[in-house]
Amino acid sequence: MASSTPDGFDVLVVGAGPAGMAAAVRAAECGICVGIVDDNAAVGGQIWRKSAEEDVTEDAKSWADCLKARQVTVLGGMHVFDQPEPGILLAESSDNRSVLHYEKLVLATGARERFLPFPGWTLPNVIGAGGLQAMVKCRLPIRGKRVVVAGTGPLLLAVAAYLKAHGAEILKICEQASWLTLLRFATSLLTQPAKIWQGIQLSQQLGGIPFLTSSWVAAAHGDKMLEAVTITSGSETETIDCDYLACGFHLVPNIELPILLGCEISDGFVQVNDLQETNVSGVFCAGEPTGIGGVELALVEGQIAGLAAASRIAEARHLFGKREGFRRFARSLQRAFRLRPELRMLAGPETIVCRCEDVMYAQLCPYTSWRSAKLQTRCGMGPCQGRVCGAATEFLFNWSLDSARPPVFPARVESLVAVRDIKQQDPQKIS
Amino acid sequence: MRNEIALKVNGTHIVVPPGATVAVAVALAGQVCRKSASGAPRGPLCGMGICFECRVAINGQPHCRSCQAFCEEGMDVRTNG
Ligand SMILES: Cc1cc2nc3c(=O)[nH]c(=O)nc-3n(C[C@H](O)[C@H](O)[C@H](O)COP(=O)(O)OP(=O)(O)OC[C@H]3O[C@@H](n4cnc5c(N)ncnc54)[C@H](O)[C@@H]3O)c2cc1C
Ligand code: FES
Repeated sequence: MASSTPDGFDVLVVGAGPAGMAAAVRAAECGICVGIVDDNAAVGGQIWRKSAEEDVTEDAKSWADCLKARQVTVLGGMHVFDQPEPGILLAESSDNRSVLHYEKLVLATGARERFLPFPGWTLPNVIGAGGLQAMVKCRLPIRGKRVVVAGTGPLLLAVAAYLKAHGAEILKICEQASWLTLLRFATSLLTQPAKIWQGIQLSQQLGGIPFLTSSWVAAAHGDKMLEAVTITSGSETETIDCDYLACGFHLVPNIELPILLGCEISDGFVQVNDLQETNVSGVFCAGEPTGIGGVELALVEGQIAGLAAASRIAEARHLFGKREGFRRFARSLQRAFRLRPELRMLAGPETIVCRCEDVMYAQLCPYTSWRSAKLQTRCGMGPCQGRVCGAATEFLFNWSLDSARPPVFPARVESLVAVRDIKQQDPQKIS
Repeated sequence: MRNEIALKVNGTHIVVPPGATVAVAVALAGQVCRKSASGAPRGPLCGMGICFECRVAINGQPHCRSCQAFCEEGMDVRTNG
């Protein structure tokens, strides 16, 4: 493994999704030294994840071109796992480790899907909705496969349309929200013509696929692989044979790194001021970690954070009005796709909740906090470090997850030893 | 550009299109990625590097997330399924 390579940046951005790319580009416009680091090999984040077969959208391409034109240093395939002290982050790739020094930091770590446990959810081919889309973008053959799409959130429709366009047979889309809440949500979009247009396009692409509201997955069945799913509306149930179940319950923000850095969290989101700066001076946050709001909000927040990190406050202020419009959309999203209480009852006593350590629902019931459950059952102590079961137990048991310990990503032993060495060094000498 | 990549999954030769991840190669080979702590078969869940359910050994290096690793010519992939 290569040894640590030190890199210093005026502005460092963690996360190369729309928010991070916008932040890096705007910060780099005035000639300062900007770096952007992402766990994925390519820039683009979730929505602009590049597929081998198709070209990226115009928007994605123009931001990626700007990164190049502004000579932003792109560190792909590297995840940040610790901050030994303020101003220094440690990142690791499959064969390298980097010490990243920064003056100002922009956290644009995005979001992941929320998964909820139900009987059979650990069977192979039960996969996240965005997860299946990502696999298909990475050449998983989907033509002719029978797929049930279930869960909640606008992502379900986007994924169903994508899979259908690639030849999948979408048997059903099950949205847990009620028809009435969706109608209210749609009405709230009337002030956002772009969203309505996207909605109309989606409904045309999805024409003919049964779309059920107030319905959800009760169980997945199969021996070694998924063979069928049972869907329910509470009163009626139906079992459907299928090859894949694409199932996700909207998004949860990736706030482990912000928490580690001491950023204030409220209601599960990173708190920022007008300039997207957190309570930690010089540390900014943009995109999904400050509130799930989609690509437009991520782009405008990213730009504000990048401009502010480069001390271009007046230009950042020009974007405040635009941001407010998209924040309204974020708030209606939050209301519309709230999880119904019935979903708390899906897991049986023997349903696995923590997939890394195979901890069952009944084992967790005696505990009153995430911390005590972790210590006593090892729930959340596996390699995903609670990224999957933490968001589930937050909903199932109302446990709050407000602490993060390094490493925020599983790091190799050599890297952890390097952290210890750095922590023992005189800060002046770390270079 | 080459239009196929040849690699091995558990010793069996398999050919994938460029841009395929190791997770896709494992699926095409009809294998599952790993066995859980209690011995149940597991495959990818998040598809984006978060859940670690897709762990396999690549060229002898264990615990690689197969959804984040792209296939390369001559790769040796071992599942624990
Ligand atoms: C699986 C999935 C699929 C989605 N698909 C769509 C879609 O098709 N259409 C749509 O409108 N919206 C989609 N979304 C919603 C999407 O989150 C937003 O629209 C938009 O991508 C948000 O941009 P962002 O920059 O805030 O975050 P993201 O795009 O999520 O980017 C965050 C980036 O940060 C990186 N990162 C996080 N932590 C670290 C770390 N410690 N070290 C290094 N890198 C790190 C991640 O790898 C990621 O690339 C999807 C979301 C998910 C989770
Ligand atoms: S499928 Fe979740 S990490 Fe690979």
